Order: sequence, then structure tokens, then C-alpha cells
Amino acid sequence: MGFLDRSRIVAGAGWNRWLIPPAALAIHFSIGQAYAWSVFKIPLEDSLDISGTASALPFQIGILVLGLSAAFGGTLVERKGPRWAMFVSLVAFSTGFLVAALGVATRNYWLVVLGYGGIGGVGLGIGYIAPVSTLMKWFPDRPGMATGTAIMGFGGGALIASPWSTEMLKAFGSDTSGIAKTFLVHGLSYAVFMSLGVLLVRVPPEGWRPVGWTPRVDAGKRLVTTANVSARNAVRTPQFWLLWVVLCMNVTAGIGILEKAAPMIQDFFHDTASPVSASAATGFVALLSLANMAGRFVWSSVSDVVGRKNIYRLYLGAGALLYLTIMLEKDSSTALFVASTMVILSFYGGGFATVPAYLKDLFGTYQVGAIHGRLLTAWSVAGVAGPLIVDSIADSAHEDGRSGPALYTFSFSLMMGLLVIGFIANELVRPVNPKFHEPEPAAREESALPEETPDPLPAERR
Amino acid sequence: MTETDGASSNAAAKTGSPVVMVVAWLWVAVPFLYGVYQLAEKSSKLFE
Repeated sequence: MGFLDRSRIVAGAGWNRWLIPPAALAIHFSIGQAYAWSVFKIPLEDSLDISGTASALPFQIGILVLGLSAAFGGTLVERKGPRWAMFVSLVAFSTGFLVAALGVATRNYWLVVLGYGGIGGVGLGIGYIAPVSTLMKWFPDRPGMATGTAIMGFGGGALIASPWSTEMLKAFGSDTSGIAKTFLVHGLSYAVFMSLGVLLVRVPPEGWRPVGWTPRVDAGKRLVTTANVSARNAVRTPQFWLLWVVLCMNVTAGIGILEKAAPMIQDFFHDTASPVSASAATGFVALLSLANMAGRFVWSSVSDVVGRKNIYRLYLGAGALLYLTIMLEKDSSTALFVASTMVILSFYGGGFATVPAYLKDLFGTYQVGAIHGRLLTAWSVAGVAGPLIVDSIADSAHEDGRSGPALYTFSFSLMMGLLVIGFIANELVRPVNPKFHEPEPAAREESALPEETPDPLPAERR
Repeated sequence: MTETDGASSNAAAKTGSPVVMVVAWLWVAVPFLYGVYQLAEKSSKLFE
């Protein structure tokens, strides 16, 4: 479709680049709804008579498909351009809700799984990577801040969706009819909301750069390259896999807390003079969400100043020390526990938001969206590993008759170990060997790549 | 080419319009602020 072609969205002279972040946020605020899926769990369990495990499945399939579609669709997104990707995301995400609405209305559980998880998951994956490389091309002077803004949107999406979905369920009811109507309104509303991104997104013209800005070559940051590496070659470099380990370890350490936050803080202070109530625990969860979201913007912006390697030293090194602090202080101070976990969660969010800029530093902007997509498989692994570690160890400790901080001591020490592994991996990151670099003309022809070209690599690199 | 090089007044009117800029940012800021407000209300329960 011509309207979606990359060639149709090359910005005219004078186009204001500050229109691109709201375009990206329109997509990420929408697909970030995925983190608010828990709002639908109890109503679905009651109305469809399914278990808690079954009600979580549409979300789990959604995250799995997110990782797969980002990994396998990344190259296509680079080739077709951000408007095409945002449109695909809009159609898939909205259709997912509509199919799920049909599933609930007809009491067909598997249609809900297929709709929200299978179809909607494609919208999550393609939408997540859609604006990343475009933002970095518009903001070569501040790539961390630019991608941090969009990826903050993914964290912020749940903040919007959670109260909004709750209100809608109150209005329509929590039976099958009410949930179906809620899904229907979600599908239609998100389609309208995301259309801003589709209409507004533009790519910069060839050779464009911000006024007064010139690329600094090796200005004390040896990892920042001006060369380009294709996605196919990137996965052959040790740098890609070291960053994969870094992301996986950082996410595992954060997601273990995030997933079990409410019961964790109640367990932790159960035996103290000031136990934490269930209501207060929801406040704790909200604070962690805020820290997660704020970290995405703040830390990735800081990385533009201090460098990507240094900021990951902070995430992983200070994160490990904070886990140690929690283990040593145990249940002595609620404020210290809350503050420490909030900083860990801000590092978790920061890790997500900074990694596209780290990839850009190492591999250039040529196919950074596709490389980012492949790296997100680390998220899929961490999404399983983090909760599994914390839940299984806490359950086992509970069966042994332990309580309070002792339920989490072993899993926290494991998290600390994982962060140390991530820290070492980050230390091993070096500039990419020039043998993986694209010849200059190939990179320049990127935006003009014809659709039918099966492989953008020169023959000798295939 | 830079942000301003070669910008004709017509092109600037189409693509650099402050109205478009304000509408675009409000489009995303309004729901976000709604979410932040709801979050602040919930967070306060931790300190009750």
C-alpha cells in the first residue's frame, strides 16, 4: 500500500522532529496495556469458569509472541518502514481485542487466547520495535533519551489501562457480556489512539542531522561507532551475545520482584511490629510501576552523557549492592526496603530503555531495529526465569516452615549472582570487529531498499 | 541538510505547525496524566 511505504513518509524540510516522540508514545502507551492484563483475570475466571493459570495464558502467549514477532519481524520492519510497522501493530493489537471479545461473548476460551495472545501479541512485538530506529535517526544527538521516551510509554501503558479497564468493567459488568463489551471498546479505542502514530511518523531525509550537531568520532567513547552492521552479521558477534546476557540478567533480577511485589512486601514484614496490609501492598506495587517507568526515561537520558557501558555498570553493580543491602537489613526498615526495590526497578526499566542506544553505539543505525528485535528474546527467557526463581524458592521455603525475609534470602542471593554475571558480561563488551561492518554504499542505500530484494547483504557476507 | 536548511515557509507551515505539535502532545499527555493521577492515589495507601 503506497500510503504505508517508507518513500511516502520521508519528512519534508522543516519537519519538527519533536512530533516523532508523541507518534511513538501513541503506539507504546497502547501496547503497554499488556501489563494491565491482570485486571481481567478474576472476571474471566468467574465468568468462563477457568483457573488462574488459564486466565494468565492469553498474557503469557502475548509476551511469547511479542518476543518471536520482534525477533523474526525486525528485518521486515526495517525494510518496510515505521508507518507500515505501526499500522500492522494497530491492526493486530485491535483485532486481537475484537477476536477476544467474540471469544468471551461465545464463551470460547481458546478464541480469547488466540485473539489477545496470538493476534494481539504480533501487535505487541511489531509495535514495540516500530519506532526505535526512527527515533534514533531523528535524535542522533540524544539516542538514549529518544528511545527511553518510547519505551517509557510501554511501562506507562499499564498505568493508563489498569484504572481505565477497571472503570469499564464496573460500567459494563464483569459477566461475559460486560467483558466482551469492554474488549470491544478497548479494540476500537486503541485503534483510534494508535492512528496518531501511523499518521504522524516520518523518517528523516538522507543525510539529515540536527542543526549545529556533528557526529563526534571517538570523543572518549570508543564503543560509539560510525560504521554499520547488518542484523544477520550482528548475531555473529560476541558483542550481541554479551548484551543478550546483560539484558537477560538485568531483566531477570527486576522481574522477580515486580511479579511478586504485593505478597513479597507482606511476607517480608509479616513478623514485625508494623506489618504491611494488603491495601498498602497495592500502593507498593504502584510505586514500583512508577520507578520502572521513570527509570526508562531518566537513566536512558543519563546514558547519553555518561555512556552506555557506564550506565550498565550502575544498573548491574549498584543493583547487586542493593540486593545485598536488602538481605543484610532484612525487615529492619520498611522505608529502606521500599527505596531499595524502587531503585532496582528503575534499573530494570532503564535496562530496557538504554539497550537500543547501546546497540546503536555498537552496530550503527543501519538495522538497529532488527537487531533490537532479536535481542528481545532475552526478555522472553527472563520473563520465565525471574518469576520461576522467586516463586519456586519462596514456595519451597514456606513448606520448610520459614517466614519473613528468610523466604526470599536465597532467591535474592541468586539475583545478586545474576547481576554480577551481567556486570562481567558488560565489562567484556568491546568495539565490533571491522570485518562485520557494512561497506558504506550498502548502508546508504538502506532506505531505498526494494521490497523484492531478498537479502540486503553483499554476496561475500552471506 | 539540517533541521532548518532549505525550509520553505509553506513546508514549515505544514510540518512545523505549533497547533499540530500541541495536539500531538496533548493526545498522549492527557491519558498519561490520568494514569499518573490514579497511580498517585494508589501509592498513598502505602503511607496510610
